[in-house]
This record gives sequence, C-alpha cells and structure tokens, in this order.
Amino acid sequence: MDEKDKERLKKEAAEKARAAAQRKREEREKKKEESHDSVSEVNQTKDDVTSNQDLEKQKAAAAAKAKAAAIAKKKAKEAEGTETEPTSNQDLEKQKAAAAAKAKAAALAKKKAKEAEGTETEPTSNQDLEKQKAAAAAKAKAAALAKKKAKETEGTETDSTSNQDLEKQKAIAIAKAKAAAAAKRKAKNANESGDSEKAKAIAVAKAKAATAAKARGKTTQAKETEEPEPITPSPQQPILDRYLNIVKEHYKDDILEDSYINRMSKHVPTIVVKLEHYYSLALLFKQHSGLHFEFLSELHGTDFETYMEIYVHLYSFKNKQSVALKVKMDRENPRVDSIASIWPGANWPECEAYDLLGIQFTNHPDLHRIMLGEDWVGHPLRKDYEPYDVEV
Amino acid sequence: MIRTEEMLLNVGPQHPSTHGVFRLVIKIDGEMIIDAKPVIGYLHRGTEKIAENLQYTQIIPYTDRLDYLAAMTNNYVLCHAVETMMELDIPERAEYLRIITMELGRIASHLVWWGTYLLDLGATSPFLYAFREREMIINLLNEISGGRLTFNYMRVGGVKWDAPDGWIEKVKAFIPYMREQLAGYGDLVTGNEIFLNRVKGIGQYTKEEAMDYSLSGANLRCTGLAWDLRKSEPYSIYDRFSFEICTADTGDAWGRYQVRIQEIEQSLRILEQAVEQFPETGEVMGKVPKVIKPPKGEAFVRIESPRGEIGCYIASEGKKEPYRLKFRRPSFYNLQILPKLLVGQNMANLIAILGAIDIVLGEVDG
Repeated sequence: MDEKDKERLKKEAAEKARAAAQRKREEREKKKEESHDSVSEVNQTKDDVTSNQDLEKQKAAAAAKAKAAAIAKKKAKEAEGTETEPTSNQDLEKQKAAAAAKAKAAALAKKKAKEAEGTETEPTSNQDLEKQKAAAAAKAKAAALAKKKAKETEGTETDSTSNQDLEKQKAIAIAKAKAAAAAKRKAKNANESGDSEKAKAIAVAKAKAATAAKARGKTTQAKETEEPEPITPSPQQPILDRYLNIVKEHYKDDILEDSYINRMSKHVPTIVVKLEHYYSLALLFKQHSGLHFEFLSELHGTDFETYMEIYVHLYSFKNKQSVALKVKMDRENPRVDSIASIWPGANWPECEAYDLLGIQFTNHPDLHRIMLGEDWVGHPLRKDYEPYDVEV
Repeated sequence: MIRTEEMLLNVGPQHPSTHGVFRLVIKIDGEMIIDAKPVIGYLHRGTEKIAENLQYTQIIPYTDRLDYLAAMTNNYVLCHAVETMMELDIPERAEYLRIITMELGRIASHLVWWGTYLLDLGATSPFLYAFREREMIINLLNEISGGRLTFNYMRVGGVKWDAPDGWIEKVKAFIPYMREQLAGYGDLVTGNEIFLNRVKGIGQYTKEEAMDYSLSGANLRCTGLAWDLRKSEPYSIYDRFSFEICTADTGDAWGRYQVRIQEIEQSLRILEQAVEQFPETGEVMGKVPKVIKPPKGEAFVRIESPRGEIGCYIASEGKKEPYRLKFRRPSFYNLQILPKLLVGQNMANLIAILGAIDIVLGEVDG
C-alpha cells in the first residue's frame, strides 16, 4: 500500500467514525429526554457534558481543517481531562472498532493499540473522543506530533491541568456529579473496559498486522512451552553446593540472599550476597584455598528500577571454576564497598559503574567519572536518565 | 650537582603513539616518570545505552566499532551471548565461516599491532610489510562481508553471507604465503639486537600481578599462564582444532611480542584445518525466530579476542531489546596496569610499554 492509499483510507475511517459518533449522540440525546426525571443533578451534568462534547467535536473538525498542529496537541490533552462517562458506550466502542478494522490504516491501528494498552483505567468515552482526535491528527499529517501525543495520552492519565476555562468548568461539573458511588462504578467500568479494550486491540491488530500478530503469537507460545524448567540437576550443582558449604563454615548467620545455577549463562553458579557482607565474602572468595578466585573477569552495575545491582564474574585458574557474585542495593542511595583493594582490576570498572549509574564505592582508591568527565550531569545508564541540555 | 625539577607532561589525546585518542598525564623528574594518570573517555559513544533501544540484530554494527581492528570477534561475542540464552543451534557451515573470519581477523589485528609497535620503536619498514599482508586479509573479509573494517557479518543464528565462489581457495592460498612472510618477519625483527634492547625487561610484571589486574590475552599469557578461552573454555567449534596456547615466561614487552607473533602461526594452523574440514554444502543461517527475543534472564559469556577476554552480559526482559547490555572490553581492563608499569621508568620507555599492551581506544572507551 503506498502513502496516498493509506492517507485516503485514513480519511475514510475518520469520516465513518464521525458519522457513527453522530448517530450515537442522537440516540443518547433521545434516551436522555426519556429519563429526564431521574436524579436531576447527574443528568444536568450529563447534558453539560454532551453539549461540551458537541462543542469539542466542532472544534476538532475545525482543527482538522486548519491542520493546526498545536491545537491538535491541546485537544489530546483535553481528551485526557474530560472525565465524561456515559454508561452506554460499549456498543459505540464496538462499532468504532469495526469501523477502524475496515479502515486498515496501519499507523493508526498501531497507535490505537498503544492507547488501549496505556489508558486502561481511563473512562471509555475518552477513548472514543481520543480516537476521533487521533483521526483528525492523522488527517493533519503531523506524524511526529501524533507520536508525541500518543506518548502524552499514555503518560498523563488523570491529568486535567489544561488551562482552558471550558476544561475547568467541565472538571467541576464532573466532580459534582460523581459521588463516591459513581467513583466505584467507574473503577468497575475501567476494569471492564480494560478487558474489552484489550480484546479490541487484539482484533485490530489481527485485522491490520496479521503477520506481526502471528509472530507475536509464536513467540508467546514458545515462551509458554519453555516455561517448565528442566528438572535434571545442573552439572554445576555440586560446585555451587561446595561454595555454599565453605560460606556456611565461615559465617554463623545467613549472609546470602539467594544462590542458584544460572542455566542461561552456561550454568554458572550464582550467589547473591547481602550488602553488608559483600566485601568480606569477596575477600573470602579470593583467599580461601577451596575457592581461590584470583581473577576478576568482569564487574558492572545494572539499574533494575527497584534496586541497583553489581554483577561480578570471578574465575579461579587454580581450581578451574567460576562464580557470579551479585549484590543488590538501594536504588536511591546506591552505596557499596569497593573491592578494588582485593582485585586491583576492579578499579576502573567501579569507576565506570559510578560514572554511568551513580553507584558510590566506599574506600575506592580514586573514584572519578572515568568516561564522561566530572562536569557531566546525571548518570546515563539509569533508566530514568534525562539528558541535560544547557540550552533547554 | 645537577638540579632537576618535577614537570607535568601531557601526552595526547592527539598523539600518534597512543593509537587513538588517549591522554596520559605524567609527572617526570628529569627523565624518570614518577607518576602517571591515564585519562580516557574521549571516544565514549555510549554503546551500551544506545543498545538498550535497539533490537539485537541492530546492535551488531555497533560492536564493529568497539574493537575496530578485530570486529569479527566483537560481532561474535554478542551473537554468542544471545545464542546461549536462546539455546540456538548453529549450522556447521556457519560455524566454520565464523572461525575462519575470526582467525583471519586475529591475524590482521596482530599484524597491525606488530607494524605499529615497531613503528613506535623507530622501525619504519616492518609497518609496510605488515600492512601489505593485512591488506590481503582485509580484501578477503571484504569479499565475504562487504566491509573492510566494520564487517557487520555475523547474525544471531549464523552469518549473513555465504562464502562466494572460490573464496575458500583464496584463504587456502593465503596460508602458506602468510607463513613465508612470518618467517621473514622473524629474520627482519625478532633477532634484531637494537629491538631486543628496547623491549627486554621493559614493562615487566609477575603472573600474580597480571591476574590481580584482570589482564587477559597476550598480556596474561606473557607471564607463563597458559590461558586461552579458545582452549580453556572452548566455544563455537574450537574444540575440533589442534593448536597450542602460546606463552612466554618473561612477563615483559618482549614476552608479549613473542606471544603475539606465535599466535599468528597458531591462527594459521586453525585456518588450515578449518578450510580443510569446511563443509561443501549447507545453510549459513540456523532456524531463528523472526523477532529475536531472548527469554527473561541474564547471561554472561566470554570469548578470546586478539586483545584478550571479551565478554558480553545481557539482561533480558523477554523483549526485542536488551534491558541491559554490557561488554567486558579487554583493552579497558588491560590498560589499568599502565600507571603501575610506568612509574620509575625512563621517559623513553613510555611508548614501548604502552604499545606492548596493545589497546584499541574504541574498545577502551566503549
């Protein structure tokens, strides 16, 4: 399919979606008139909401026409903020999903799938609105912008910080309308819609990217079949047991967090030691004749988001055996004893871990930012690293 | 009485003898070095960070740029790590092609070292000979991979291209030629008295020190420790070839020189057997899922590169991209011992000591 076709299909999809929305809106208004006697406040706000929605849709159309990228962006935010939640939107959703499936707009589908994943706790009507907007955006051909928007929708879940007055009014109305009970129902709805959204996403993915879906299915299947661990004991198990016995002889307390054979890493015996015993165990590993790990092959840190980890790979030329020694530490204040005094070869790797991950090594002979230089801001290998730019 | 005073001297980062962008701040008292501080990071490109956003196949070109004198081994270590995690089977033919290209790369790398090291020491012509032979290897690798330095040849599960027609014959023909030239190198340099005086007893350390400082490759073997991952922890199909681990027992620059020259011969031996056993037909890519997703977990593998022990650590979340990728870069570890070797030495030995370690700055800085 070439670009033009895609474009055309996208347009068509958007139009169809709009038509469906129009139909739905009319239906809803009819219903509302019938049940006008019920709790007045809630209904009022609903009216409010629907009128707001009209307003919004008009706006969306205008924006799409004008192809003004900035406005489209703002819209995405608005969509986030408006917590409108008519209860009969499940059907609507299905219709839309069908429309979308017809459209076969690959890029759009992708984005939707993303949204569906990201905004699970989002009220469902927002999704509809969002879809319209996304279509509008697609019309506007602002691909880069769309990407950004998708990110925003993922990130700001209940963010109603938009400055617009309309927005605020809406927010207030909604706040009034929704008592604790409503909130409860919302939670329920969100759960349900989460499921239906997932189903939808799958349907869309199937329709659009058959091959991709296939591939994904395959890998998940493969994973499932791999799951049951082989029960046969590892050939390295006796070696690990020997290590553990030596450790037990030297320490009264249990100083290990964990110990296992890492089958994936050529069956290397792996020992996770408690932070405060890291140095003394490392010393034992080097000096004990039954262990005698005189060669430090590798030392590095990893940010596992909930904790920091140091991985040390040791080898003994004398006993022809290796071990992976790991230690976990607090991510906010990662601090660990330096083992550069045991293996001088750990000196620079520890500097590297300090430089790139911000791990402090106490008693290190010369801890400095070995790669990036002392004036660098932040530690790039941390998962939350944001590049610092002087001009921004 | 001669009055001397301390002087701070900045070597590099743009100094031809540092073989890249490497800076060394040394304190000298007269001609004697009393302190040395290496400054690295000029070539740091954040490969590991970049890799966290790339799929495994996309990372392979980045490994070419770590140790750009022996890119084949770098290609291999990443593929090997992923294959270990996924427990993939590699077709015979691909394994042989990998061995042949890696060993050719090892010879090319040692030739560059040999030529430039002697250039550092003031001998111009060996450089020309070394590069003549290296050019032939590069042409061979170019023919099979399409690249002269950055090959991007290996893939998870095999290699990208099969050997073109007649390529194996060309490799076959190259082996005796290289042997002959190697003998010439010996006549030209190895017995040269001026050369021997420059390297003997220079940059000496013991076996224990070498192990303490995590040295590997020729830097470790020059102390007499027979440790070569190709033989000690065989990977790929290295266990099918007979070759020796080259060692020296002097632990100085002369020992490292001997080890590397002998390793060229051993690589030729492996090549000889590999082209002999090379399967006539067969696939060069194994059965690999279209999207490479190693299962959740972590793995660390290490192999023998021309510069020492190159390792690759992967922490996977079961996604297309690695959660964390780390290379154990031998040059980075080997360079650590430099300040210790320099202190107390004559200034004139600085380049002889640095050159003997055989670093590639792309690999040091990562």
